[in-house]
Amino acid sequence: MLAEFGYGVLLVSFVVTIYSGIAAFYGVRSKSSALVESARRAQLLTFPLITISSLTLIYLLINNHFEVSFVYEVTSRSMPTYLKVTAWWGGQAGSLVFWSWLLAVFTSAVTLRKWDRDAEFLPWVIVVSSITLTFFLGMIVVFENPFTRFWLVNGNVEPSMFKPAASATIFTPNDGQGLNPLLRHPGMIIHPPMLYLGFVAYVIPYAFAMAALITGRTDDRWTRITRRWSLWAWLFLSLGLVLGGRWAYDVLGWGGYWGWDPVEIAAFMPWLTGTALLHSVMIQEKRGMLKHWNMILVILTYSLVIFGTFLTRSGVLSSVHSFANSPIGPFFMGFVTLTLVSSIALLIKRWPELKSETEMKSMLSREALFLLNNLLFMSILVVCFWGVISPLISELLTNQKITVGPPYYERATGPLFAGLLFLMAVAPLSAWGHSTVQTLGRALWKSALAAVIVTVILFVTYTQNFYALLGFFLVALILFATGHEFWRGARARQKAQNENFFVALGRLMGRNHRRYGGYIIHISMALMAIGILGIEIFQTETQGTVAAGEALNLGDYTVEYRELASWDSPGEGVNYTRAVVDIYENGVYLGQLYPRIDYYFDSQQNMTIPGQRSTLRDDLYILLVDWQPVSSIGATFKIYVNPLVNWLWLGSITFLLGLIFAAWPERDPADEAVRRKVTRDNRQASAAD
Amino acid sequence: MQRTKFILGGLLILSAVVYLIASSTQASAEYFMTVNEVKAEGQAAVGKSLRLSGAVIGDTVQYDPNTLTLTFDIAHVTGDNKEIEAQGGLAEVLYQAVHDPSLERITIVYVGPKPDLLRSEAQAIVTGKLGEDGIFYAEELLLKCPTRYEEGVPEQASGN
Repeated sequence: MLAEFGYGVLLVSFVVTIYSGIAAFYGVRSKSSALVESARRAQLLTFPLITISSLTLIYLLINNHFEVSFVYEVTSRSMPTYLKVTAWWGGQAGSLVFWSWLLAVFTSAVTLRKWDRDAEFLPWVIVVSSITLTFFLGMIVVFENPFTRFWLVNGNVEPSMFKPAASATIFTPNDGQGLNPLLRHPGMIIHPPMLYLGFVAYVIPYAFAMAALITGRTDDRWTRITRRWSLWAWLFLSLGLVLGGRWAYDVLGWGGYWGWDPVEIAAFMPWLTGTALLHSVMIQEKRGMLKHWNMILVILTYSLVIFGTFLTRSGVLSSVHSFANSPIGPFFMGFVTLTLVSSIALLIKRWPELKSETEMKSMLSREALFLLNNLLFMSILVVCFWGVISPLISELLTNQKITVGPPYYERATGPLFAGLLFLMAVAPLSAWGHSTVQTLGRALWKSALAAVIVTVILFVTYTQNFYALLGFFLVALILFATGHEFWRGARARQKAQNENFFVALGRLMGRNHRRYGGYIIHISMALMAIGILGIEIFQTETQGTVAAGEALNLGDYTVEYRELASWDSPGEGVNYTRAVVDIYENGVYLGQLYPRIDYYFDSQQNMTIPGQRSTLRDDLYILLVDWQPVSSIGATFKIYVNPLVNWLWLGSITFLLGLIFAAWPERDPADEAVRRKVTRDNRQASAAD
Repeated sequence: MQRTKFILGGLLILSAVVYLIASSTQASAEYFMTVNEVKAEGQAAVGKSLRLSGAVIGDTVQYDPNTLTLTFDIAHVTGDNKEIEAQGGLAEVLYQAVHDPSLERITIVYVGPKPDLLRSEAQAIVTGKLGEDGIFYAEELLLKCPTRYEEGVPEQASGN
């Protein structure tokens, strides 16, 4: 009964979405404000409708309605309630509902809040968003219905939404299969929604861009309206990527955080174009250039978002992530192609109107360096895209499937990332319009000198590895150059306004959130680079089997095996096997770690949870690999020392803070102008005294 | 003048990227092969970087925790997705592969922790090189167990 209700509401929202798109289209074409208003109301209605349907699904998940096949696939009796709720996005059908729900939320937020201000764009935004939502709801209603139930027909179990035969009865399994234990980690519970928030939020800037193309308002209005959307989308996408990395590090038990898996790359590609977009819209706003380019970036981001959803959900590529496999692939590809082609056609139609207002004059100007930054991001995108599609291409051309692994990506993207780091240090110091080697050198030489000194110190005390030293040099250059920018700005203000240094710094930053938030993000990237260099270049590992009381050595660390215990936890449906090891560093006792293996009965699967000791210098990461039931030989451990990897997570937190700072609304400019006027009047008054 | 500079700069970057991609592809390309193809190539396949996929035969799995050496056989599974679909999905194909002794098999040796997902009828995707002894020495081992996470219809016996 509930399943039918949920499905019925989904069907209604599908129809309403189609209506809203069509009504908006004809309303704006025929200049009928009544029709547009009707479209808007229909659009607003999708949000409560999909919410009701989602709540129905969640109710079924929580209450063990295993007759519903989706519930059977992703939950089991032993799962705690919060996990049953999050199972909503744990399987394909549910996650598509989740995606649609987010899109309904975002579009409603746009049409509800600033309707009068953006009235010329919004009907088209509704059209674009409705097309997207229609596609997703259509996928759900036709192919991936989360409300499909099991029926018993002549002794066979069949999944079907409605009664397949007159004699059919509903079939309820005793228990479900349960969510894959790998997905029960807190990082994995919030990783998909973060990623999806980022994915879906990018639909909004795209919709506005298309609205701008259709209406012919080709100035920077669309980028100004969607600036904050892009920023939040980017925030969530970045967070999703970082959380995914942390999840891999904590759960997958291979001592790493990023494996250049096709699905990881699928989420990384829209991030690359999104990051490029974030930079290049600034050039459009400040200099009136790169308008075509921004359109291309936003279109690509949208296509890559759909493509990314498709890759993560269709299992088209072999990957540790593809827990799903389904018939919706061709439709996804068709939709991506259709929207890409029509967007590009629209762009070509408006091409002459998007001409730059100024010309690029100097190779070292801020805009030229921004352009270079964009090219580097696009290059990384091309590298990634080539890597993902190389098996398909090579099979077409040579009938021999060729694939490239992590070494390909590391080799090809390494120099490009180094280039980006260098630009991060240099570009903020260059001037808009015109910059020369002399002006740039004057701004940079102190920081460069300091970075060289740091590199020399590291060479003497830490490492002689060339790539590591180059990386650390670039990191130091960013930190000094960016730090210097803060210092310079605050000093200038301190002198001009006669303020305390920290007050001056605070006000300086408060006046320009985007710039200083951006700088904080650059610093966070430098910190993350430290962690990545550390684990990529300096990771060491060892493995071995030891009896109780024996020890394994790795670097300065000694890991001594104490004991092992194994017990069942029937309530959770898990068997735990936990080893206790003592940790020593150069003979000094540091404490105990507890690497363990969790065995899940319902899915008959192990999960290897490392014992970790994390410091800013390095991580000691111990995996329990195997053990003997009767402690004849002992237990087998694999041990990693991952130097500096903690800086990656530290950088991620800094990144989050910087982004929130950048996205935080500044005080109303009009309000600000009034305030300035008042202080100026006061000053004039006091001068007259 | 400026324009030429920008065009030259752009071309420089473009060629650098093309070079990076081409050289990295060449350096790290792995050839996707099925067990049958490896057997057919015989000695010609020795030494190439290969990526091989097959069905894990549970009875052959041996693990020596002292040396962390994992040994198991995989049976031939077609690389063609359409064919897999036609035969009733990956889970079914893997099941058939394991229970059909007439199919080609190859022995895999891998040193490292025993993966959690390793069990009979899992799909193993191994990356590494074929030795002259005909044994495949894997550097990387990925496993997929489609039975559990694909849309499964529950066994009737488990209900009611």
